[in-house]
Parts: sequence; C-alpha cells; structure tokens
Amino acid sequence: MIHVKMKVNGDPTEFLCDPRETMLDALRDRLNLTGAKEGCGTGDCGACSILLDGNVVCSCLVLAAEGQDREIETVEGMAAGEDLHPLQRKFLEHAALQCGVCTPGILVAAKALLERVPDPTESEIRYWLAGNLCRCTGYDKIVHAVADAAIEMRST
Amino acid sequence: MEYAAPATLDNALALAHETDGQVRFLAGGTDVLVQLRSGLFEPDLVIDIKQIPGMLDVTRSPEGAWTIGAAVPGRILGTIEGLRDDWPGIVEAMELIGSTQIQSRASLVGNLCNASPAADGIPAMVAAGATVSIAGVDGLRTAEVADILMAPGQTNLKKGEIVTSIDLPARVAGSADAYLRFIPRTEMDIAVAGCAVNLTVKDSQVCTARVSLGAVAPTVLLVPDAATAICGTCLDETALNDLAAACRAACRPIDDKRGTVAFRTDIAGVLARRAAILAYRRAQERESA
Ligand SMILES: Cc1cc2nc3c(=O)[nH]c(=O)nc-3n(C[C@@H](O)[C@@H](O)[C@H](O)COP(=O)(O)OP(=O)(O)OC[C@H]3O[C@@H](n4cnc5c(N)ncnc54)[C@H](O)[C@@H]3O)c2cc1C
Ligand code: FES
Ligand code: FES
Repeated sequence: MIHVKMKVNGDPTEFLCDPRETMLDALRDRLNLTGAKEGCGTGDCGACSILLDGNVVCSCLVLAAEGQDREIETVEGMAAGEDLHPLQRKFLEHAALQCGVCTPGILVAAKALLERVPDPTESEIRYWLAGNLCRCTGYDKIVHAVADAAIEMRST
Repeated sequence: MEYAAPATLDNALALAHETDGQVRFLAGGTDVLVQLRSGLFEPDLVIDIKQIPGMLDVTRSPEGAWTIGAAVPGRILGTIEGLRDDWPGIVEAMELIGSTQIQSRASLVGNLCNASPAADGIPAMVAAGATVSIAGVDGLRTAEVADILMAPGQTNLKKGEIVTSIDLPARVAGSADAYLRFIPRTEMDIAVAGCAVNLTVKDSQVCTARVSLGAVAPTVLLVPDAATAICGTCLDETALNDLAAACRAACRPIDDKRGTVAFRTDIAGVLARRAAILAYRRAQERESA
C-alpha cells in the first residue's frame, strides 16, 4: 500500500491506496467523495472530472499515488456550506441536468473555464466541455447555464 | 504492480535497470492508464517521471532551438511565448489531442512513445525534423523521431531508456509548419488520416520541405517524394497535384470503421494540399516579418 498526503477541497487529507488504484476510486471509496462518477473509465466521458492543481483532469486516468503533495478540488468543494456556487444555482434554474451523472464533472470543468475565461463565447464553452458527455440534456441547457453563471460572476 | 516517483533521472534509470519485469514510464498517463485499466497489460513497475527535474520545462536556446520536457502537457505549449510563432504545426497538432481534460495531462513524448499510427503529434514532429534526447544507464543519445518508430505501438527504445525531451531545431526566416487531420466530427476522435508539412520559402519559392502522413500506414511516414514535388516551386497547381499524388502513392492504409483504404488514400492527398498551402502562407508571413 502507498501512503498519500494531499489537499482535497482545501483540507489536508491522507490515505493508503493500492499502486494500481485510480484517483477516482480513491476519492469515492477511501475518502467518501462520491461526486465524481465513473462513466467510462477511459477518459472519454468526463463524468470523473476533478481539478488537479487547478487543471481539469479525468480522475479515472490519474493514479491515486500521483496525488502526493498535490491539490485536488471536486464538486463537493464548490458550495460554501449551504450557499451553492453560481454555476450550481444556474444549473438548477436552467434545468441543465436530468439524471445528473454528468453534472459533477461538468460543474468542475465549467468552473475551471470561468476562472480562465470570465466571458466565454458559446463556442468556447462547447469546445471546453467537449470532453464532458451528457446523454440526457442535449447540451443546450448546460451551455446556457454556464453562460448565465458567467454573467452573474462577472457582475459580482 | 509497484509505483515509484523518483526525484532524479539517475534514480529513475537505476530503478528501471534493476527491475527484472516489465517497466512502464508514466508521463500524463492518458495511454498508460487506459491500457492498465483495460487489462491490456500490467507492468511490474510504473515509474512516474514528473518529479524529475526538467520534465515539465520548455526552454529556448539563445540560437532558437527548443527543448520540450517529456512530461509537458498539451495545454502548456500554446502558452509558451514564441513557440507557436516558431512551430505552429507542432502546437496545433498537440492541441487537437483529446479534450480539455486530456490536454491537462497528455504529452508529445507520450504520444510518440505510444507509437499509434494515428497519433496526431507524431506527423508534426516528423515533419519538423524533431529529435529526441534519450537517457539510459549507458549514457545519453539522440535520435530522429522518425527513426524510433517501428510498428503500431512499438518503438526501438531499449528497456529502461527514458526520453527526456523533444528537441526542435532553430528556425530560419521564412519557415513554418502546419498539421491537419480528418475526423468525422469536430472534437474527440481519432484521425482517419493526418498530414504535416514543414517548409521554408525564399522569394515565394519553396526551398526545403518535409512532409509526413499519419494513419495511412503501420507507422507515421516521412514522404521524401512529396517534399521533392514542391521544392523549387511556388506551390502552383501542378506542384500541389504532384504533392497529392506523391502522398497517395505512399499510403498503405487499413480498412476499418473509420475509413476505407480508398478514402484514406484520397483524403491524404487532400490534407497534404491544404497543409502545404497553410504552411506556405505562414512561411511567407514569417519571411516578411
Ligand atoms: C479520451 C482520449 C482522447 C484522445 N485523443 C487523441 C487524439 O485525438 N489524438 C492523439 O494523437 N491521441 C489521442 N489520445 C491519446 C493521447 O492522449 C496520448 O497518446 C498522449 O499524447 C500520451 O501522452 P501521456 O503523457 O499521457 O503519456 P503516457 O500515457 O504517460 O505514456 C504513453 C506511453 O509512452 C511511454 N512513455 C511516456 N513517457 C516516456 C518517456 N519519457 N520515456 C519513454 N517512454 C515514455 C509510456 O510508458 C507509455 O507507453 C487520446 C487519449 C484519450 C484518453
Ligand atoms: S469515467 Fe473518467 S472520463 Fe469517463
Ligand atoms: S443529465 Fe444525464 S448524463 Fe447529463
């Protein structure tokens, strides 16, 4: 077993993992953070998206052991207590989710986009989120929710 | 399987050398993890190279040559001042790979060492005349990118050898490259065919060129006849037709669900024309600049 120390959503965290274990499995099974989902396990769907030192990655394609000394952010870190992140609120307002399996990954990826590009065009949003598949919504509501959250975040 | 993240190149080389079984190096893991999880293989040791000094660095020598560390992820390339000006084709090829998530991790060296015939980064590196720096227990060596590709998924790197960087030569005025691929959608797919062209122009004439094709043979190809077809020309219609014909003649593709032999062969010629025009235009801009 490998002993890993890393920060998760700002909190210092440690755990033991198998060398073969992915970050996705460690988050879900060892740290009880079940927001990130496994859709494919091959980097195609983005349901497992997390931030690794501020960059969006598929946690299914990261070894848990690679987390040593790194900072991880997951969907669980987005709301401040009961206060939802603007993206989360806009997803609810726009009904940008149905089954919700893709949602945690899309929220995390969209957050990373808005941190870099506060005023993205529709096509920038679509390209940025091209690695996040949704089989329910048809994407339009997701794109609108992200654009709307961007407007709100720029004005505050 | 064991995992190690050595802090120095020497430690990594020693570890790889001492391990009896299979060793895999880990850069961004976008191939390694997929293969590991699909049960394709299980190495005895995975050596994460990202803690080794230099692996995440991009540097430009005073003469203008570039060194791109083996684990530099795709998303970084476009942010490096001057790299896209010198090597627009390399940067655009790398940026075509995967999604935002994949760009956070995938590297050019990983793309090369995975040796997929359809890899997008490889034709651009081959056309660029890129070399790789390789470290082994016996010392350092360099090799041309085209020379280390053997077969689908196979390079001639020796066991325990680590590629430390991709090295791009200094640019002369009036040179540029371009990479184009065909996929059935706009994002997230594997090339049906790809073509990279790297050339230098002087007074509107192409004076040197390198043309490389992807996804039309067991390995990425360098096509010298295609370069000959455009050298000494102003890239007129005859030259472009000769270029396309030379590229089609070099194709030895497979039939699969993404494209037939006939389609791949045809599209390789089309992509070559378009990539040559794009590289030529860029080179002219850089000649006057
Ligand atoms: C969803 C998805 C979409 C993709 N889309 C594309 C695409 O459009 N086009 C494309 O070309 N590719 C695509 N790929 C594959 C692409 O991401 C990889 O080929 C990537 O470039 C490999 O880089 P890496 O750093 O992730 O390598 P790794 O996975 O870490 O390593 C790849 C191989 O290289 C070896 N290796 C790594 N570093 C070294 C080193 N320094 N010395 C010696 N050997 C080394 C490893 O052992 C392994 O065999 C995609 C992958 C995924 C998961
Ligand atoms: S589960 Fe990681 S990308 Fe689909
Ligand atoms: S809401 Fe069901 S996959 Fe997106």
